[in-house]
Amino acid sequence: MVSLIVFIPLLTAFFLLALNKNAVELVRRTAFGASLLTFFISLGLFTGFDSETAAFQFVERYAWISEFGIEYYVGVDGISLFLVLLTTFLSPLVILSTWSSVEHRVREYLFFFLILETGMIGTFVAVDVFLFYVFWEVMLIPMYFLIGVWGGERRIYAALKFLLYTMVGSLLMLVAILYLAYLHNTQHGTLTFDLLRLYTLEIPVSAQMWLFAAFALSFAIKVPLFPFHTWLPDAHVEAPTGGSVILAGVLLKMGTYGFLRFALPLFPDAAHAAVPLIMALSVVGIVYGALVALVQPDMKKLVAYSSVSHLGFVMLGLFAFNIQGIEGALYQMLGHGLSTGALFLLVGVVYERRHTRLISEYGGLWKQLPLFASVFLITMLSSIGLPGLNGFVGEFLILLGTFQANTLVGAIAVSGVVLGAVYMLRLYQRVVFGPLTQPENAKLTDLSRRELAIFVPLIALMLLMGLYPKPFLSRMEKSVEATLARIHQTADNKSVESVESIGSVESLGRLSLDPTDPKDPIDLKGAS
Amino acid sequence: MDMTLPAVNWLSVLPTLLLSATGMLALFWDIWIKDDERSLLGWLSLTGIVVTALCSWLLWGHNDVESFSGMFALDAYAMFFNLVFCLVAGLTVLMSLSYLETAEIRHGEYYALILFATVGMTVMAAATDLIFIFLGLETMSIAVYVLAGIWRQHLTSHEAALKYFLLGAFASGFLLYGIALIYGATGSVQLGPIAEHVGTQGSSPLLLIGMGLLIVGFGFKVAAVPFHVWTPDVYQGSPTTVTAFMAVGVKAAAFAAFARIFLHTLGAVHADWQGILWVVAALTMTVGNITALVQHNIKRMLAYSSIAHAGYLLVAMVAGKDLGGAALLYYLVAYGLMNLGAFGVMVAVGRRGEPHEELDDYAGLGFRYPALGMAMTVFMLSLTGVPPLVGFTGKFYIFSAAVQAGYIWLAVIGVLNSVVSAYYYIRVVVNMYMREGEAIVALPSLRSALGVAILIAAIGTVLMGVFPSASMSLAGASFLSLG
Repeated sequence: MVSLIVFIPLLTAFFLLALNKNAVELVRRTAFGASLLTFFISLGLFTGFDSETAAFQFVERYAWISEFGIEYYVGVDGISLFLVLLTTFLSPLVILSTWSSVEHRVREYLFFFLILETGMIGTFVAVDVFLFYVFWEVMLIPMYFLIGVWGGERRIYAALKFLLYTMVGSLLMLVAILYLAYLHNTQHGTLTFDLLRLYTLEIPVSAQMWLFAAFALSFAIKVPLFPFHTWLPDAHVEAPTGGSVILAGVLLKMGTYGFLRFALPLFPDAAHAAVPLIMALSVVGIVYGALVALVQPDMKKLVAYSSVSHLGFVMLGLFAFNIQGIEGALYQMLGHGLSTGALFLLVGVVYERRHTRLISEYGGLWKQLPLFASVFLITMLSSIGLPGLNGFVGEFLILLGTFQANTLVGAIAVSGVVLGAVYMLRLYQRVVFGPLTQPENAKLTDLSRRELAIFVPLIALMLLMGLYPKPFLSRMEKSVEATLARIHQTADNKSVESVESIGSVESLGRLSLDPTDPKDPIDLKGAS
Repeated sequence: MDMTLPAVNWLSVLPTLLLSATGMLALFWDIWIKDDERSLLGWLSLTGIVVTALCSWLLWGHNDVESFSGMFALDAYAMFFNLVFCLVAGLTVLMSLSYLETAEIRHGEYYALILFATVGMTVMAAATDLIFIFLGLETMSIAVYVLAGIWRQHLTSHEAALKYFLLGAFASGFLLYGIALIYGATGSVQLGPIAEHVGTQGSSPLLLIGMGLLIVGFGFKVAAVPFHVWTPDVYQGSPTTVTAFMAVGVKAAAFAAFARIFLHTLGAVHADWQGILWVVAALTMTVGNITALVQHNIKRMLAYSSIAHAGYLLVAMVAGKDLGGAALLYYLVAYGLMNLGAFGVMVAVGRRGEPHEELDDYAGLGFRYPALGMAMTVFMLSLTGVPPLVGFTGKFYIFSAAVQAGYIWLAVIGVLNSVVSAYYYIRVVVNMYMREGEAIVALPSLRSALGVAILIAAIGTVLMGVFPSASMSLAGASFLSLG
């Protein structure tokens, strides 16, 4: 089932190339149908999910490159389940939005979009680290094309910046992945990229620092954590609506997902050491993102900077290292995906009508576009975390977790919530309320039925997630607990545990690797 | 006086003989053939190459057959390289069938020279004697010097040939001198006895100098920094198909001999040469990639890119051992496929009198010629090392060998170089898809032979990337056959 979800979009993408490129309607319907089918199949993951276990479910596992012990190994657990669903849920909505937002080279646009969907889903379901890396990189290229071909004026610059930033991080991660695999070879005699087996490695603390740095850089760029965020406003502003939605809705979550899945549980000692740094950067990101958003004249840029701020919250939650923090972070990842995705779609709606994104060009839209105004209202409230909507649950849990970990950081973060309310309310006020000053705006039409069909499911889900979080949280719980246990398995705790419970020093001995072993990759030697 | 004839195993030289015979046949047929039937020579060459490839494939399992008193080996290693050379030569001939017409090169010797150069390559890969390796190198080089200058209408082609010849002769001198010194140090020019001597006696100053000179000689042929300065001019000036042949074939052949001598024969003293190669590899990757950044001519950019790829291959040499050797073999195939493919697209984009080699000439190409654009995108992405294409699996192989051997910093330098390279490879894609062409470039319809060549390269690039297992084990087993 997981493979179906991963590969239906890819196969459809290549099928589209066989269609006549002038049969635009057929191309659109095919792509929409395929993404909808993917979504319905993925619902099976939700209903069939066993929330009593932290293990991977719906596992599929085949040998792939046996020379390196690389497998095609996919599955979902409580962490990836909802991210997969978020992807499959947003994709058909984005495709639906292309009916009006993309007019040129529709077939090619959808071709790249569907490949992107495969890449995103694959990244979330991969259990083999090599496979994860492949999907992670595969994702880059279609996104690059979406921005570079269908984007705004400075699209080439933005696309290249996006590509190069992401590549720097990911390639260093590749070296770290290789190092892990060979470390497993040294310690256990087999070369493997299976994440679950790599979790059992005993990595010396000094090496952990390097490895964590390599992984964390790659993920921090993707999140984006301050100060690695500069590619984001460019990419967001230049990307076409669909690209922005996916970028904000799903791609940014890859970074936080990466931290939770790989960087934290693989290198717990380094992760603990990095807490002050990451927390500081997150808080700076929260406040900085909010302040910059406050002064943006461009709606899209405002939403982009609000993402920097929101993702700062997610990072805080993750690095609180407690169950509330991490569950809150996961919940906020979903919530942010919905609300920011919806915000970008809303910006797209007015942009298609007026071809400007400047806030000052609007005002008083509530009378002319009542439906738009109401959808915008709910989305905006969800984004600032009003109780009863999805944003609240996530933010609340994150702050709860953060206060337990660090009161000061929690206190500063709360100011971010306030600032978030300020810039969002101001945006809403200047776009929707007030007198209708621009005569062009009097001619605008309200949401069409197709556009309603995009927003109704989004709003419904925001309400559901805000009012009844239990089906979501209960499915996350076991996996989050298991991950948390791994994060707390630092070298100090481990030695205490093994001495106490097992009473053998053998496992301690494995900590120090034999430096004379020629295959020992620990020694970071250079030319000498 | 008694003369004992050396034990000759004809099987071991069969691929070489087949290619030589085809080459001579092509040369003689050229005397009678009518001008407008010249392409028949190409098909004849192609037949010879395919037969040789089949023969090498069948001989692949026959290990440890020595011939000519230990001067020539029939091992899987040699046969693997024969297959690589046949692939390179075959694709080059396919591309040449249409290129020679657009470039107005009407010399029948062209195909014969390609074949003779390939003969030299097979000798370099199979020879187990330094003198024999040198003979193979010269056979290959002299044919390629002529090929570089075969575009008589163009001054740049003359310049390329002369430059290549002068510097190549110089490099040959270095190589020969190195061979002499190694003979002095070990008392033999045969690889077996040298390995024995080195294994028991270790290294000596004489041997060190000899190895250094060998590195200079091979460094020139593979275009490693600082012996690379000839590369851009020669690659840019030569006919495009010859450039492709040089960039891939000559490099592969030089690496075949280079790796056999250093990884196998001189493996016992690897500590003596690894340090130097480490520096050379890092420099080659970095200089190649950074200089490629500022190129506007795609052919010249690919020349610098080929320098950079020599650097990645040198990383495999530094890593050494079984994994490094196997990675080297695998990457040569990967590099061959994607690079030949890229040159194939360049041939397709060129027109009579207008080579269309500038980046701007590619503007808007992608949407106007979707198949060609997609193929070029695949090759560029693969050269960058984006999964799941063969360029990625190749780099993965090389860097994992480096990490396994403990050369983590070299691997880090390598991946950072990949990021740099992304900029200039992607620029081609940017031009094809994200800029509109000013003048509408109408391409001549794609010749079927050229189309087949590009298709083979593209399919190979994708398939070997997604399912690398079979080719990896082939490369692994081939390297292990060295013993």
